[in-house]
Amino acid sequence: KRIKTIETKDLAKSVENGGCGECQTSCKTPCEKK
Amino acid sequence: MIHRYKLNGYNIVLDVYSGSVHVVDDVAYDMIGLYAEKSVAEIVHQIQSTYPDVTREEILECMEDIAALKDAGKLFSKDTYEGVAEHLVKREPVLKALCLHVAHTCDLNCSYCFASQGKYSGERALMSFEVGKRALDFLVENSGSRRNLEVDFFGGEPLCNWEVVKELVAYARSIEKDAGKNFRFTLTTNGMQINDEVIEFANREMHNVVLSLDGRRAVHDRFRVDHAGLGSYDRILPKFKKLVAAREGKGYYMRGTFTHLNTDFTEDILHMADQGFDQLSMEPVVCSPNDPCALTEADLPILYQQYEKLAAEMIQRNKEGRGFTFYHYMIDLGHGPCIYKRIAGCGSGTEYLAVTPWGELYPCHQFVGDPAYSMGNIWDGIQNSALQEKFGKCNAYSRPQCQECWAKLYCSGGCAANAYHTSGDIEGIYEYGCKLFKKRMECAIMVKAAEAEMCEEE
Repeated sequence: KRIKTIETKDLAKSVENGGCGECQTSCKTPCEKK
Repeated sequence: MIHRYKLNGYNIVLDVYSGSVHVVDDVAYDMIGLYAEKSVAEIVHQIQSTYPDVTREEILECMEDIAALKDAGKLFSKDTYEGVAEHLVKREPVLKALCLHVAHTCDLNCSYCFASQGKYSGERALMSFEVGKRALDFLVENSGSRRNLEVDFFGGEPLCNWEVVKELVAYARSIEKDAGKNFRFTLTTNGMQINDEVIEFANREMHNVVLSLDGRRAVHDRFRVDHAGLGSYDRILPKFKKLVAAREGKGYYMRGTFTHLNTDFTEDILHMADQGFDQLSMEPVVCSPNDPCALTEADLPILYQQYEKLAAEMIQRNKEGRGFTFYHYMIDLGHGPCIYKRIAGCGSGTEYLAVTPWGELYPCHQFVGDPAYSMGNIWDGIQNSALQEKFGKCNAYSRPQCQECWAKLYCSGGCAANAYHTSGDIEGIYEYGCKLFKKRMECAIMVKAAEAEMCEEE
């Protein structure tokens, strides 16, 4: 095995289930729903 | 689009549009680099020339793995998000965060302060309770269905107006239940006026506290002096330690600024860690290029090396059970921000506004005091809708220079204020900042790869 894939969030899927806007604003120093 | 790089013994391949991260060996690293441009026969020939011990069968097996990842949308994935960016531009702005400038004055006199020693190029002023109360009402009224609302007490030095801060928190708590809202307060302070009462209140009410410390005593006291010119390090450090100890796990950041005069800033971060602080942040100064503390092109290789050194040190300390977090290396690969957040960024001028002591609205704290960026006020609302529209269009897809950049879904197109102050246009880019950002992201992803490896070993 020459390639190890780290488990990551599927960005394409978040087109459907993202965008709730409840996350913290980020600039002045996770998704809210996980 | 993919981004490949080697760092600290890891070969990393980032698939930009799916967010997938792959840790690969040298053979796969080279093959992925050739995959899009070369035929199978050419790849086999080239890999066998470079790695004589690798058989044709092994190369073909790796080719199959690459093809499977591509078919699964985890490698060489296409950009399908332009429509999301267009949707973001068209939607009605909903406010969810305010930066309350409760004090345009400060008990320190730091020459590198972006806010001109807290006055923002204007008069010294304190926000009244009435103005602050109206600002909170304005936030609730314009927050639509958003439940979580953020308010940062900022300055200048907010502890110069501490009684009003407490009154505003009490007011917000009195209205949040009926309004169906959840206020999250934060406080940014230089620490000079911290006492037991501030500690108790901040640790009860503040979701996050940002404590300004530049690192080693000599570095900190070079700029962070009082109005008599005396350094503040010895006065604030014990207070910060007491506050953090009493915080019992709630969020805080030790927040420093590094300049051309301490390009070895990792030493300052490690100094803070050695003082017992474990949530750390250190930011490059942004100032006029003519300023003696301005970072230079010649500094860049040193800064890159420092970020790499920091990442390696964090991995080592984590293994030893004395780890700490660094703001820029905190990425959540598994449950991070959705594509909307990644494209839209901070929401300055739309979701996030700064309020002056007089109730005037600005796109963010870094525009306060610039009349060209006054957007309205908390009584009449947004008066300059054209300006708000312009900020609404700022995102990862709005700048031509970002189109081919692998990091655009991490930086969201960068900081509008930095772009404005360096290029004269909020839709420009701050190229120096881009270079540092990309190095930080490479380090952050590498740290995650190391953490994943540690988990496997356990």
